[in-house]
Amino acid sequence: MQALTNRAKAVDRRPMTFMEKLYIPAIAKGMSITFKHIFQRKATVSFPEKKRDFSPVFRGLHILNRDEEGRERCTACGLCAVACPAEAITMEAAERKPGEENLYREEKYAAKYEINMLRCIFCGFCEEACPKDAIYLSETFAPANYQRKGFIYGKDDLLIPDPKEGK
Amino acid sequence: MTLLSIDWFFIIEKVLLISGVLVLSLVVAMYSTWGERKIAAWIQDRLGPNRAGPMGLLQPLADGGKLFFKEEIIPSTSNRFLFILGPSIAMLVACMTSAVIPWGDTLTIAGREISLQVADVNIGILFIFGVVSMGVYGIMLGGWASNNKYSLMASVRAASQIISYELPMGLALIALLMMTGSLSLKDIVEQQRHGLWNVVYQPLGFFIFLVCAFAECNRAPFDLPEAENELNGGYHLEYSSMKLGFFLFAEYINMFISSALMATMYFGGYAFPGMDKLGLDGNMLTILGFLALFIKTLVFIFFFMWVRWTVPRFRYDQLMRLGWKVMIPLALVNMLITGAVVLARQH
Repeated sequence: MQALTNRAKAVDRRPMTFMEKLYIPAIAKGMSITFKHIFQRKATVSFPEKKRDFSPVFRGLHILNRDEEGRERCTACGLCAVACPAEAITMEAAERKPGEENLYREEKYAAKYEINMLRCIFCGFCEEACPKDAIYLSETFAPANYQRKGFIYGKDDLLIPDPKEGK
Repeated sequence: MTLLSIDWFFIIEKVLLISGVLVLSLVVAMYSTWGERKIAAWIQDRLGPNRAGPMGLLQPLADGGKLFFKEEIIPSTSNRFLFILGPSIAMLVACMTSAVIPWGDTLTIAGREISLQVADVNIGILFIFGVVSMGVYGIMLGGWASNNKYSLMASVRAASQIISYELPMGLALIALLMMTGSLSLKDIVEQQRHGLWNVVYQPLGFFIFLVCAFAECNRAPFDLPEAENELNGGYHLEYSSMKLGFFLFAEYINMFISSALMATMYFGGYAFPGMDKLGLDGNMLTILGFLALFIKTLVFIFFFMWVRWTVPRFRYDQLMRLGWKVMIPLALVNMLITGAVVLARQH
């Protein structure tokens, strides 16, 4: 049979030589290896003080974006919910009333927008599907919680803070 | 009333010395646990305990405090008296051995010569052997009294392991005794002070003693009595709180004492090369000698840990084969060669 890789090695079934039976050289070799490891760079990252950098393509928790004037970009078109393979997104649309032009960018907006973070697989399809650049995956990951309902993120969890309020 | 004239200074001196040695062994054992975890971590490319205090130096205190506050459980089907006796014997025996080890030469304070050895008995090595072989009773009684199959298996293992390895250990020592002609540890050190270290004359004997010391201390690769992954901790499976702590602590004290013993018998004890040429006065030299012994001991403790995190545990039949078919014949050959050389030297 042809070997799949050239890394295959036949098992050595020869009886042990005298040096191998002595067992001491093998122990000495092992101990020199472990001794070298004492001085090697440690793999540990001391977490709260040091944080490991994320990959540039990391996909974390979702955020709902606002435009330059602080209005919500989302128009509740539902394309993200359709694109979502895990069916983690639910939303309810509502019509913008006169006087709310400073809150919502277009005539329709999401009155309710929920993402179930336990269902979400962080694939980023919602981000790609969104025609209004309203949803993005950020660089934070889902924190722990005691109950399931704590993982259903509503609008107040997802919306980024209004840039105007900060001023 | 001069019949009972007691040398009070003598008693005070010995009490101070005993407490000093005891505190030293306890502190070293305490920090051995820290060292063990640090070295294990370094060998495995980790950092080890570093949260409690600078470099994790308060970790042993935290561990000890935790053990004290744990719930103390005595199984209802256990033999209560023996269950408590087990760890007590283990601890007592571990602390007793240090009595005959010469921790240094003599100090001269206010005209009194104070020997840094609790008791210079002329049967020092014999005393150590007697006490150490009692140590296994702690493990045996503890394991048996727990009324648990794993613990029982562990105590049977411990008993047969210690019997098997005490023989080559004794035989290796006999070769050393034939050379030195004295059982007193102080004499052995003084001989090495004026000559070469015994390890030069007895390399094979030292090696046998080292391997057997690993087995006597139940350290890896001979930690079969407490094999975590086959016997769930073995003899201390049913123990909790400070009784468990005593068992673990006794192991570290034993390690410290056997390291000190190896340093004393084979590596010159408190003597170091060029000691008498320094031209220092007695007290200074004694302190330096004590430091030399301490460093040698720490090196051996490091070696114990280094081996533990390198070599995997032996199988039980391998352990027995190594003990009876390799170690004892080797020790006998070593004894024979030493005897022949000693005889040839005399003529």
